[in-house]
Amino acid sequence: MIWIKNIAKALLAAVFLASLFAGYLAPAPYAKQFREEPDAAPSRQHWLGTDDLGRDRFSRVLYGTRISLFLAPAAALLAAVLAGVLGGAAGYLGGWVERGLMAGADLVLSLPWLFLLLAARALIPLNVPPIESVAITFLILGCLGWAAGARVVCAGTDGLRNSDFALQARALGCSEARLLWRHVAPNLRPILMAQFWISVPVFILAEANLGVLGLGVSEPLPSWGSLLRELEGLTAISGKPWVFVPLLLLVASVTSFQVLLVDQEVPS
Amino acid sequence: MKLRRCALVCLAPLLLAIAASAQGGGQLRFCLRSDPKTFDPLRVEDDPSERVRYITGGFLMRVNRLTQKLEPELATSWKVSKDGRTISFELRAGVRFSDGTPFTADDVAYTLQRMMDPELHSATGDAFRSGEGKLLTKLTAPNKISVTFPAPVASLDEKFDQVAMMSARSPKKEMAVLGPFYVADYKAGAYLLLNRNPNYWKHDEQGRPLPYLDSIRLDIQGNRDAEMLRFLRGDIDLVDTVDPEYFTRAQTEQAGSAHDAGVALDPEQLWFNQSASSPIPAFKRAWFRSTNFRVAIWEALNRDDMARLVYKGKAQAAVGLLSPADKFWFNASLRTRPYDPQGALKLLQSDGFRLQNEQLYDGEGHAVEFSVVTGAGNKPRERMATMMQEDLGKIGIKLNVVPLDFGSLIERITRTQDYEACLLGLTNMALGPDAQMNVWISSGDNHQWNPREKQPETAWEAEIDRLMRTQASSLDPKKRKEAFDRVQQIAWEQAPFIYLVNRHALSAISPRVRNAQPAVVQPYVYWNIDRLAVNAEAASK
Repeated sequence: MIWIKNIAKALLAAVFLASLFAGYLAPAPYAKQFREEPDAAPSRQHWLGTDDLGRDRFSRVLYGTRISLFLAPAAALLAAVLAGVLGGAAGYLGGWVERGLMAGADLVLSLPWLFLLLAARALIPLNVPPIESVAITFLILGCLGWAAGARVVCAGTDGLRNSDFALQARALGCSEARLLWRHVAPNLRPILMAQFWISVPVFILAEANLGVLGLGVSEPLPSWGSLLRELEGLTAISGKPWVFVPLLLLVASVTSFQVLLVDQEVPS
Repeated sequence: MKLRRCALVCLAPLLLAIAASAQGGGQLRFCLRSDPKTFDPLRVEDDPSERVRYITGGFLMRVNRLTQKLEPELATSWKVSKDGRTISFELRAGVRFSDGTPFTADDVAYTLQRMMDPELHSATGDAFRSGEGKLLTKLTAPNKISVTFPAPVASLDEKFDQVAMMSARSPKKEMAVLGPFYVADYKAGAYLLLNRNPNYWKHDEQGRPLPYLDSIRLDIQGNRDAEMLRFLRGDIDLVDTVDPEYFTRAQTEQAGSAHDAGVALDPEQLWFNQSASSPIPAFKRAWFRSTNFRVAIWEALNRDDMARLVYKGKAQAAVGLLSPADKFWFNASLRTRPYDPQGALKLLQSDGFRLQNEQLYDGEGHAVEFSVVTGAGNKPRERMATMMQEDLGKIGIKLNVVPLDFGSLIERITRTQDYEACLLGLTNMALGPDAQMNVWISSGDNHQWNPREKQPETAWEAEIDRLMRTQASSLDPKKRKEAFDRVQQIAWEQAPFIYLVNRHALSAISPRVRNAQPAVVQPYVYWNIDRLAVNAEAASK
């Protein structure tokens, strides 16, 4: 199975690098409308053809990948940090703090994500430039994604707090702060890493879902979600296989993340 | 020889029967986008219920969708009084409801009294409510009735196009109908079966009873892709409203099935929020209230490109508030505003704006940037907004496109007024100015750029108020037309709405369907449902 992981790593690295150097690789600005060439087939000028407004699809895929692949990990990091802080506090302090924070986590988990995102998206000020609206979208995703992780972290912290080594440390006169910082926190790292890696593909898909609903990244910025909207409709999927490229990239990237996750999911 | 003659004699009745039924029989199948919310013709508010009412309802008179002229149906003649309050009908004799109950003047009185009952909250009745008071009905003979409304109603006779008659005596209530078909079976979420009304009164020119079809099956199908696939597979016989991208596919895959009846009534439009109560900055409100600013935006948008790219050429740059499809009411002296970014820039400069480093600034130094809200998921509108971004960028204006879910959008444009500009489309089911009163009267809820004004805030709005009231109270079609022509002229000059494109009336009709004559007023295809027929192959299927 090592070779599968190597392929996954290579694919993710290639996708990351291509999107990182989008400015050099893209043959045209992602928003430029070549209005005389709408829905064009692949050509020397437009490697993946153009969309219905005449925008170069290859350039949009490169920039869209950059947005989805860079902001999803950022949102996952935020969710993991929140899960670590809130879940850790709940698990370590126990009592009413744990009950209150876990009730909050249950509340967030019980809310329908999509509707919560729709409501939160509707509250964003209108005159926000596209790049800021992207950041806000992923910020919302990160802020809403902490609850499941917090429960896991809480259970893990609770176990560590009552473990034998914690008991011995306390018996030797170790302060609670030192115990938390030097002994409990390092043991939580694998749990948090697993939470982080699980969240990345979840947030990529969440943005894609919002994009398909027209509520993701604002025009003219591209993202995988907005690029997938091209696949809506009967006419889009007939005789134009190149329009599937964003979908293939999404499937390949999410699968690669999942392959690389296998080691991360079970903390030692 | 004898044998041949004998065979001919034997076959003659069969051949005659075939000839007689050449038009008749068979089932027509098409789709409704969702379940009808009601079968009560007076409670109709949603599109599927409206479509069922159109097919099953019996009307005193009806607008012919092709000629756009009012034609007699259950009323053989009618007369509107000079004061516009009273209308007298002479009713067709010998007509029966689908359950056999006779149709009389009592049924007309019952339907109209029920329609005007405030307890019912009938949207159909709202069109007739022009003043306080009760409706008076007077039966002057068994087949004659005169109806007096509390106040004059403009285009009184044309409004009866929406009023399906109900039976006062039938135990089946609203399920007893006078239209060509009645509801025979309904399975929510699946289908609606309409059978031929055996008591339908109409006959064709050869004296054959109408409708030709035996039944209509309306499948409930919300997904347009699935609807189109079913059409191309031959599972359904028509798609009344087709999106441009599907139209091209139907054209390619089933020759002769795609029909473009020409430009339809429905406009796509943009407007700026000019309301004093809105929470937008004062300097932006000042831009939006400037006629030069609005006209400049209109001229800076390449609407021909929008029609070509977004609607695949199946739309045209809109002229003004009415589409040329409205043959009588359209002001033919108006011309489409040309795409002229340089002219737009000059207009803006005359208002104190200046272009500096490809960014437009107003006289106070504010960079010109605003947002436009539109319905999320509506691909054509999102596409148009993206094109607007590029077009306005050429004159230094930064546009932020904000797709919102429909609930949030409506909340903002109707209640909180927390938006700067809005891109939406209208569906015009009716011709002329009557359906537009609430939009153009300055105190109206749908006076979207500045709703519910206590007094008209500008001279041109005051003039529109006066003209709309003049046309609404006048019974002289010429005077009404003159007044509404002027309203269209003012709307074109002042640009409270920036009209983008008018879509074409696109439909797909199977070659098996006969007698279809697509129109530009909805319903596009089955407006003459009683004369539609399917050929023998389809009938046997």
